[in-house]
This record gives sequence, structure tokens and C-alpha cells, in this order.
Amino acid sequence: MSVLRIPTPLRPFTEGASEVEINAENVGMALEELTRRYPSLRKHLFTETGDLRSYVNLFINNEDIRHLQGVDTPVSAGDQLMIIPSIAGGLPGGC
Amino acid sequence: MTIELKLSNKVLSQIQANGENAYPEEGAGLMLGKEQDGRRVVQRILPLNNAREDTARHNRYLITAEDMMSAEMEAMRMGLDIVGIFHSHPDHPNRPSEFDRDWALPWFSYVITSVENGRAVGSRSWRLADDRKSFFEEIIVVLKEHPEVKS
Repeated sequence: MSVLRIPTPLRPFTEGASEVEINAENVGMALEELTRRYPSLRKHLFTETGDLRSYVNLFINNEDIRHLQGVDTPVSAGDQLMIIPSIAGGLPGGC
Repeated sequence: MTIELKLSNKVLSQIQANGENAYPEEGAGLMLGKEQDGRRVVQRILPLNNAREDTARHNRYLITAEDMMSAEMEAMRMGLDIVGIFHSHPDHPNRPSEFDRDWALPWFSYVITSVENGRAVGSRSWRLADDRKSFFEEIIVVLKEHPEVKS
């Protein structure tokens, strides 16, 4: 069992839970399990086409999964997963 | 129910000064505070570096995940939560853009300050609707005194 930490703005969709215990083989499966348990969370983590939203960053034991194997990064019992949003915005136009 | 964001005159002035100081680029930062019994109160702001490249900072801001992680820990140390984001729109109205909506998180308050020719001319606060299709405005209530919130 590993622990997935939920950031404050997503807690209204996890019934207020700041941490959720998850049993999964890798990060992608952990997110699938999380959104199966809390379906209303899915649209805030994934786009309509199933990609992770731009602001979603995942850390496992304080390491960004982009520097590991992405969503295929294995998860072991006792690991701590964190969803950390990055924040962006701005004027119309540009990219 | 009317949704409100309460902050002191001092905090609002700090938010607007951040936008003026960043002009003609976008300034941004986090609002730390508490939500109790449906009342959201900003206690202090945490200005952060705009991590976008030089050529994009006039119309974009970015707060990295690493900065968010540090801010989260700082907020916890103060017994506060990150309750929202503030940013400026240089020479543009204080309404959220489509780009703002794409990147918006639910629950957070998004305070946008319009800065015209280097002077802040008004701030409005918005929240993302749960279906992510639009923002709705929340009323900014400016308090003369700094609000007391139990931690």
C-alpha cells in the first residue's frame, strides 16, 4: 500500500481526504484507481482525450516522475506519491 | 449563496503593487489564508517568480511545481493553506482568458488585476466552475482591519 497526497484544491473531490491509500503497480495505475474511487476528480486530472492535464505534476518520494519512467514508474509499498500542481495563466494569444 | 473572498486593504494593495512592479510583464503569486464555515479569508500573499521565459512574460506567468511544493510547506508552517492565485493582466481587462481556464484548478480563488500603463486599475476574483467550462465571479470584500483567523 502506498500513500497518494492530494493538493488542497482537489480535496473537495476526495471527500476532503488529504491522503489516499492506494494499491497499484505503477503511477498510471495509481491514478486510475484514484479516479475510479473518486470519479468527479477525473476531469481535473485528465483532459477529454485522456492525457494528464498540463498542470498535473507527480512526484514519487520527492522525485518528479518525468525524470523516472513517467506514468510507468513502479510504485512499491510505503512509497509516497504527491500530486503537485503547477500554476499558469495569462492573456489571450501566445502559448 | 454569495461567494466571497475577504482580504484586508493592505493585502489588496500588495497584490496590486505586485502587478505594477511587474509591468509590462505579468506578476503572480499565491494567496495564503483559511476557509472556515464557507468564509474564505486571505491572510497574506507570497509573491513568486514568473518562471516563463523572457519573451513570454508579457502575457504569461508560470509558477513551477517546485515553487508550489515549497509554498505549501511554508503555508503549513504558518498554519495556513494556499487558497488562491493572483496575477496581473498588463493593459488588458481583469477577466480570465481561455488560457487561464485551461490551466485553472477548481476551488482556488483567482484574483486578476488589470494594470494599465503601469497603474493597477482594478482587481476581480474568479473561481472555476466544477464542470471546467467557465469561471464565476466571487465578490472581493475589502476589510479595513487585517482579519483574524484561528489557525
